[in-house]
Amino acid sequence: MTESTGGIDMEDEASGTIKKFAFINRKAPYGTVYALEALEVVLISAAFDQDVSLVFADDGVYQLKKGQATKAVGMKNFSPTYRALEGYDIEKLYVEKESMEARGLTADDLVVDVEVLGAAELADLLEEQDVVLSF
Amino acid sequence: MKFGILVNEGPYTHQASDTAYQFCKAALEKGHEIDRVFFYHDGVNNATKLTEPPQDDRNIVQRWSKLAEEHGVDLVVCVAAALRRGIVDDNLAAGFRISGLGQLVESGIRSDRLVTFGD
Repeated sequence: MTESTGGIDMEDEASGTIKKFAFINRKAPYGTVYALEALEVVLISAAFDQDVSLVFADDGVYQLKKGQATKAVGMKNFSPTYRALEGYDIEKLYVEKESMEARGLTADDLVVDVEVLGAAELADLLEEQDVVLSF
Repeated sequence: MKFGILVNEGPYTHQASDTAYQFCKAALEKGHEIDRVFFYHDGVNNATKLTEPPQDDRNIVQRWSKLAEEHGVDLVVCVAAALRRGIVDDNLAAGFRISGLGQLVESGIRSDRLVTFGD
C-alpha cells in the first residue's frame, strides 16, 4: 500500500496487465482545473507501468506553451511538470496539427518535444488504444 | 461486459452524473458488471451527504448510495480532488469511499470499457 499508487496493492489482479492508455488534453491550462488534475492522473498511471500516450488538442495545446507567467492570476505554473514526464517513462506526446496551427503556434513554442499529428492520424492513434481518457 | 465509470462533473450543475447513473442502472439491468464508479474533478461533489435538494427534485447523492447498497457498486472519490473541495469522511454519504487516483487507473486496466461522463 503506497501513496503513489493511491493505496493499491500492486500484487492484485491488475498487476502485470499492460494496456494502452491515452490521455486527451483539450482545455486551456488555467481557466479550469481539468489540465492540472489530468496531469495528476497521468503521473499516477506511470506507477502502474502502463503504455501511456498524451494528446494535446483544441485549447489543450496551450498547456505546453512556453513562457507561462501565472503569478498575477495567483495560480501555480505547472508547465515544468510536462518536462519531467520523461523521468516517469512517459515519452509519447502528441499535438494535433490543426489545433496548433489554428492558434498560431509551432512546435518551437512548446516546452517539450512532441510529435505533431493531423486529425486523421490522431484518429488512427486513438483507435489503437485500450483506454481513452479525455480531460 | 465489465464497465469502469468516470464521473468528472458535479451534481445538478451538469448532466454528467445523471447520465452516468442512468448508464449504470441500465447496464446492471442488462446483466453487465460495474467494476467501479470513480468521481473526479467536481464529480467529487456527488459524494457529500450535506446535499439537500428541493423535495420535488431528484436526490442525486442518495441515488448513488442506493445503487451501492442494492448492487454493491464500488463508489470511489478521489482524495486529492475531494480535499480541494472540502469533501472528507465526515461528510461522505453512505456507500462512498475516499481513495487515490490509482483506483481509476486500476479500473481502466481491469474493465472491458472505461466510460467517461463529463465535458
